[in-house]
Amino acid sequence: MFPFQALTFMSPWLLIGLLALPVLWWLMRAVPPAAVRRSFPAVTLLLGLRDEESTPDRTPWWLMLLRMLALAAAIIGFAQPVLNPGAAKIASKPLLILADASWASAGDWAARQDRIAAVLTDARASGRRVAVLSLTDQSARTGPLPFGTAGDWKAALAALKPSPWEPDYAAVTSWISSQKSAFDTLWLSDGLARKGRDGLARLLMARGNLTVVQGRNALMALARPRFQDRKITVTALRRDTGQGQEIRVNAIGPDPAGIERRVATASATFGPGERSVTVSFDLPTDLGNRIRRFEIAGLRTAGAVALADDALKRRKVALFAGTAPREGQELLSPLHYLRKALQTGAVVIEAPLRTSLLAAPDVVIMADVARIAPAERDALAAWVRKGGTLLRFAGPRMAAARMRPGADDPLLPVRLRPGGRDVGGAMSWGSPRHLRPFGKESPFFGLTIPDDVTVTSQVVAQPGPQLAARTIASLQDGTPLVTWKEMGKGRVVLFHVTANAEWSSLPLSGLFVRMLERLAILRRASTPTPADMAGQMWRPERVMDGFGTLRKADDLAAVSGEALAEGRVGPDLLPGTYRLGPRQFALNVIRPDRVLKAATWPAGVAVAALSGAERKSLAGWFLALALLLLALDIPATLLVGGRLSGPRGTLAAIFLLVLLVPHPPAQAQGAGGDGDARAIRATRDTVLAYVITGDARIDAKSEAGLYGLSRVLTRRSAVEPADPIGVDVEKDELAFFPLLYWPVTETSPIPSDSAITRINTYLQTGGMIVFDTQDADIAGINGVSPASRRLQQIAASLDIPALEPVPPDHVLTRSFYLLQSFPGRFSQGQVWVEAAPPDAVKLEGMPFRNLNDGVSPVVIGANDWAAAWAVGRDGGYLYPVGRGGYAGERQREMAYRFGVNLVMYVLTGNYKSDQVHVPALLERLGQ
Amino acid sequence: MTAQAGHGPARLRQAAEEHAARFPPLLAEAQRLATSVTPGAHGRRREGTGEEFWQFRPAMPGDEWRNIDWRRSARGDSHFIRQHEWQAAQSVLIWVDDGRSMAFSGDPGRRPAKIDRARVLALALAILLLRGGERVGLMDDPTPPRTGRAQLDRLMAGLIGPERDDDHVSPVAQLFPRGARAVLFSDFLGDTDDVVNTLRQAAGQGVHGALVQLLDPVEEAFPFDGRTTFHSMSGKIRFETLRARGLRESYLDRLAARKDLLASHARRAGWQYLCHHGDDSPLSALMWLYSTLQRGR
Repeated sequence: MFPFQALTFMSPWLLIGLLALPVLWWLMRAVPPAAVRRSFPAVTLLLGLRDEESTPDRTPWWLMLLRMLALAAAIIGFAQPVLNPGAAKIASKPLLILADASWASAGDWAARQDRIAAVLTDARASGRRVAVLSLTDQSARTGPLPFGTAGDWKAALAALKPSPWEPDYAAVTSWISSQKSAFDTLWLSDGLARKGRDGLARLLMARGNLTVVQGRNALMALARPRFQDRKITVTALRRDTGQGQEIRVNAIGPDPAGIERRVATASATFGPGERSVTVSFDLPTDLGNRIRRFEIAGLRTAGAVALADDALKRRKVALFAGTAPREGQELLSPLHYLRKALQTGAVVIEAPLRTSLLAAPDVVIMADVARIAPAERDALAAWVRKGGTLLRFAGPRMAAARMRPGADDPLLPVRLRPGGRDVGGAMSWGSPRHLRPFGKESPFFGLTIPDDVTVTSQVVAQPGPQLAARTIASLQDGTPLVTWKEMGKGRVVLFHVTANAEWSSLPLSGLFVRMLERLAILRRASTPTPADMAGQMWRPERVMDGFGTLRKADDLAAVSGEALAEGRVGPDLLPGTYRLGPRQFALNVIRPDRVLKAATWPAGVAVAALSGAERKSLAGWFLALALLLLALDIPATLLVGGRLSGPRGTLAAIFLLVLLVPHPPAQAQGAGGDGDARAIRATRDTVLAYVITGDARIDAKSEAGLYGLSRVLTRRSAVEPADPIGVDVEKDELAFFPLLYWPVTETSPIPSDSAITRINTYLQTGGMIVFDTQDADIAGINGVSPASRRLQQIAASLDIPALEPVPPDHVLTRSFYLLQSFPGRFSQGQVWVEAAPPDAVKLEGMPFRNLNDGVSPVVIGANDWAAAWAVGRDGGYLYPVGRGGYAGERQREMAYRFGVNLVMYVLTGNYKSDQVHVPALLERLGQ
Repeated sequence: MTAQAGHGPARLRQAAEEHAARFPPLLAEAQRLATSVTPGAHGRRREGTGEEFWQFRPAMPGDEWRNIDWRRSARGDSHFIRQHEWQAAQSVLIWVDDGRSMAFSGDPGRRPAKIDRARVLALALAILLLRGGERVGLMDDPTPPRTGRAQLDRLMAGLIGPERDDDHVSPVAQLFPRGARAVLFSDFLGDTDDVVNTLRQAAGQGVHGALVQLLDPVEEAFPFDGRTTFHSMSGKIRFETLRARGLRESYLDRLAARKDLLASHARRAGWQYLCHHGDDSPLSALMWLYSTLQRGR
């Protein structure tokens, strides 16, 4: 696993130094260790003594070996060994860098770009000419290969992006085969088997060296989602059939507020050796209809995103009929065929109109309903304008209804002539009429009309200027059969025949179902064939890039239905959602029949991994080894020289231990003990807490402010808080603190979702947060100062009730001191608290309203209280207040009083609002 | 601080300042040490000239009139004479070896040099003695021992003299004041003949005293190994060994022999001998010295 063959030296001539090692060995052997000089007064006593035993006067072999190794490591280190030198090898031929910039390479695109950049850097160093070619870029391929300097290409590298489509090798193959020059090639492959890859590889090998770099990470994709057995299923594909692998697929769609969220998550496991697995979502209709796309969690490629469209939607359809079916004549019921048609593809609601509208149906179908009560008509019209589809069928009642001349039923697309007409019936001369092929403008365009569909009766539209435009199907003689009109965001469609087989055989035919599909009332049963969509122009709604990111596609031209149905994603046909009238179609990167297979390469092609193959300089390791050996040499030399005793030896041993024993990571002490100590500290006494913003200056101010307030509280009240604690809302437990002081600046981080959840729990369970934007409320709470804007962002997802400026009878004004203003370092800012309940009334003779419930979970202000409270450890005030002087000190005092009131309010709740205190308070108020 | 031959008044002045700079800490340490010893009154337990009251005795013929204590005599019919305790001051001579050898400390950061310890002990002893009214002087100093606080300053000036070049210095045998005491501080690692001579001479003059041998723990332990060149503090004496550990036994034997020699000569001359180490408490040495000087009285 250690590719030694890929080890080269950048300065190999330095290795000659290794030859000198034997000489050094001999020299060092020859010289004994030097004597130590020591001053020693008792040397007089030593004079005349003789050495009884002789120490080795030569350096022992193991010490020599140690030093030689250290020296060798140093020499090798300075020779700059490089693992996997890649293209760093000197080569004279120009280098062609090919990139399969497809969706499959989007997952590790940054690594690919880095790799190309590294190769370009080397090429620039060696002056090699380079060309970078994206295989998915299908622009003009003529002329010579664009070899240029590495510097030029490096500038263009950032613009290289993976495409959501896959490369077309044929064009490049023909282009390169027309080139005569020789060059080396580095091919950054996405690792998927593809037609033409082999041929291109052989061609490139004929021109020079071919090196292939492939990513190692798992390649997975999602195919088109389907609706099966009342469940939404998505097929996940993978390239590497190895061990089993579990994946999670997220279904994403808008929540009722229109913000995209994860609707559901399902997981599935690839069995060993399996290439595909089916992930199924069993969701309620409403939830399932919301899904816009599916994503494999953790993958960021267009292939791992499957877009959802109409085919997944189960529409809610409300059905009404003008006449109740007569008993035993089920087949004559105006709704029978509709029910049958809607059975599988939609959810049917049959209830009174007002009730049905509450269920927010997508479609309302009215069969032969002539008169609608005015209130219901208005409700229905409003619903249609909001995007509903109203589908009406004619019938005897409608034909009989006599319209007042000039009165236009808004819920009909056209005015109807009373009476209708009969063709081909027993009492008429003509024969039943067939349908005329659908026009190009019609949503039904392209549907084949069976011969047996005939119409015998119908209602007839009044001729009018808009009639032709509103007709989407007509009989052979040109009389309109189906008309529609847009109304607001929705539309009204009228079939001029009945919904049962009385007037025509249309409801009996398959055409009827297809027409309902086209009107987006029924879910599409299957993927459409090109013929189905022929001649239609679909407008792109949102399109996807190679990373699977969607963007609005207002700037793109419409595409033809055939191309869409064929589903060949390319530069002209981006994956995304397309819309035609009421219908929506999702074009996904992965075609339903796609199988992901690992690419195979011709023999003789060097395939390197993307991650492991990066250039790695080993110089540092060798030099570190040399240093380590030299460090070992110190105690070894001392040992040999007899100096490893006494305090010096101990010192050396300690030094060596410190050097060799790896330091345990600082975090190893764990949050456990630390967290417990913190919890004990936070709960043993009352502790005021502030939110750590990450800005050291603000945090120090908060800490000093709460420290000052704690001191004042200790001195003046029965509350004796311990030193304040900084709290990280992302990690720390909040439940211990009665009060959180939260300074908000424009750079304050916005808490994560989990933190928001915990903050909400904290607020709901009686905690209080004091938000302080510290900007003197320059722009008001709804204003646009950066801090208040950030406060709005933070508070957006917090559970904060309606607010109001502190009313003069709020408990906060009298929980300890009697106050009417709440200054901090600034005094003008408005302070907001939870709004009093609307039914709070002031009783006769009482100075305050009875606001006996609930402590405001938030206090929002901008007065920079922490600065006014801030006291250093030496007891001095840290910040000036107001204009300084006596007035400033007065303001500081009022700030402290506000702080005391605040803490009292938090700790005692609405105790001071209790009526028991009213007489005493009245007395103090001087009333 | 290097020895600087006095060339010109400026040099001399500088050297003097350097030496003087060491006075206060030395004195302070000596004072501190001295205060921890509380000497009792040490009269002679016999009547004589002095200031402390000793006894009343009935006047006898031959006594001078002025010696009669009239206040006591007025209480009775006979005359009484007030006698005082004899409080004769004793002369103590101190000698501190200031050879280069004494400047050695085995662990300069933590242990004072031997000479520093010797000076502190000498000064502290002097303070105690001066407080007791004795006369204290230096052996090297030709001026006779004196008493009083001013003598302390003179002693100090004499103790901190210019540095010497020699490794070892010997006490100069001389004429001691009658009945004087002497204290010799040195490491006694140099030639012993001079010391023995001095002892013999002192004993001949009836002078008793104490030998304090100051040794550094390193000199006691000899914790060396490997190839080592030992040299004396001045660098004049050198000795090289290939394996220092092998010499340890013989060195320790020689050191013990040296101690025995000193102790036996001291005993023979009626002197006391103490071996004091740099890491011992100076207080115990001071107590020992003080009691030793008291004893022979």
